[in-house]
Amino acid sequence: MCKGYRNLEFDMINKLKYFLIALSFVAISCNNSAKKDSTTSEDTSMETSETAKISDMSIYNLPSHWTTQDGEEIELKELQGKVLAMVMIYTSCQAACPRLVADMRNIEKQIPESKKDNVQYVFVSIDPETDTPERLTAFAKENQMEDDKWLFLRGTEEDTREFAAVLAVNYKQISPIDFSHSNIISVFNQGGELIHQQEGLGVNNKETVQAIIDLAK
Amino acid sequence: MKLYSTTLFLVCSILFFKATAQNDSMALVKGGVYLPLYGASGQTVKVDPFMMDIYPVTNEEYLKFVKENPKWKKSNVISLFADKSYLTKWENDTTYTGLPNAPATNVSWFAAKKYCECQGKRLPKIDEWEFAAMANEKVADARRIESYNQYILSWYETPRTFNNPIGESYKNYYGIYDLHGLVWEWTQDFNTVLITGESRKDGDKNPNLFCGSAAIGASDLMNYAAFMRYAFRGSMKARYSSQNLGFRCVKDIEI
Repeated sequence: MCKGYRNLEFDMINKLKYFLIALSFVAISCNNSAKKDSTTSEDTSMETSETAKISDMSIYNLPSHWTTQDGEEIELKELQGKVLAMVMIYTSCQAACPRLVADMRNIEKQIPESKKDNVQYVFVSIDPETDTPERLTAFAKENQMEDDKWLFLRGTEEDTREFAAVLAVNYKQISPIDFSHSNIISVFNQGGELIHQQEGLGVNNKETVQAIIDLAK
Repeated sequence: MKLYSTTLFLVCSILFFKATAQNDSMALVKGGVYLPLYGASGQTVKVDPFMMDIYPVTNEEYLKFVKENPKWKKSNVISLFADKSYLTKWENDTTYTGLPNAPATNVSWFAAKKYCECQGKRLPKIDEWEFAAMANEKVADARRIESYNQYILSWYETPRTFNNPIGESYKNYYGIYDLHGLVWEWTQDFNTVLITGESRKDGDKNPNLFCGSAAIGASDLMNYAAFMRYAFRGSMKARYSSQNLGFRCVKDIEI
C-alpha cells in the first residue's frame, strides 16, 4: 500500500532506524512494495506472509480496519475461511433497515444446522459517527442477535465509502439522522470473493440461501 | 545522531518544496453555500474552502505514478480495484498512447483515489466538484447564464474530446481549467448518487424514494447538463473505467 501523506511523521519516526535513503524514498515518493514488486520492505513482507493466498477479486485485499460491536479492532481478512452474508445498514434507520435485518434473520433460519458454524452474518454501518460499539451492541441486543454469528462493524467514513464502492452499495446522508441507501445483501465465499447479491427489500431469498448452502461446509 | 538530523533536514526541505510546488498547481476555491441539483429536499449545501488541481491529471503524471507504485501498473493491478478497461489504450505498463498532456483516462475510482492519496491529496466530493464547476470565466455561479450551459451542452455533443490536451478550455473564476470541455471526472463520493435502477426493485412503501425523486427533485429542471453528470456517476462502479472519465485531486486548507 502506498503510504498516505498524513502518516508521514509517524512513518518517519518509525523508520528512522532504517537507512536514510530507504527512508526518504519511502516517505516521499509514496512508493511501496506490491506483492509482485521485488523491493519488498520489511513490514509488508511480514504482512503478506500472514495472509493465506487470496485471489484478485477478494475483499481481503482491502486494508481497512473495523471495530466490532464489542469494541474489538479487526481487519476484514480475519473473517477469511467463513462464508459471509453481508449487508450495509445504520441503526437509527426507520424504514428499510429493520426489513433488511429481518431478511438476514430469515436467511439464517434456512441454513441447515450442520452448516451454521461456517457462516458469518455481517452488518456494516454506513453511519459510523452515530453507530458506536455501544450503539451496535444495543442494536444487536434489541434484535436478539447476540450470538457470535452476528457481527456488527463500524469503520472510518473513508473505509466505509470504499467498502460500499466494492459492494456497489450507494448511500447518501439525507438528514442528520437519515440515509438513503441501496438494499443489497451480498454473499462472499471463504476466500472473500463476491458470489451472489440480492437486491431489494423483502424479495425472495431462495437464491441467496442456496448460494450460502452451496458454499458452506 | 548527526545522520538523523541531516536526514530530517533533507526530508523536510524536499517536502517543503514539494508542498509549495503542489500549491502552485492548485487553486483556491473559496467555498460557500449552493443549491445542488439533488439537494436533500431543496436544501442548500455548505461547501468549505478547499484547494483544487488547476488541471486534470495527465498521461505523463499518471505514468510517473504507476512507475513509483508498481501495483497500479496495467499488468499488476488486481481486478477488485480495476476491471479490464483499466489503461486499456496503453501499449504496455509504461507506454501510454496519445499526448503526454492529455488527461489520464480509463482509470478506476480506486486508482484515482490512490493517486491523490500519494500526492497528499484526495478526490473531490461531488459537492466540491459541482461547486467549483458552476463557475464560468467571470462569475462563481454561472448556472443561469445561457452561454455557460450552451458551452457544456455543445461539449457533450463533441466526440473524443478526451484526446485533447489539458488547458484548452476556459480558465474559470477560480483559475481552474477543464472542469467542462475535456473529460468527466471521478469524485470521492460518486456512489452517493441514488438514481440507479436497483431502487425500483424495492418493495418499499415509498418506491419513489430514489427513482421518481430523481426527476422531480431536480432543483432546477433546466439543468440538464448537471443531470447528465449525476446520471453518469450513478451508473459507474468503483472498478469501472472509461475513456471519457479522468480525475483531478483536491486538498483541504491547512489551518
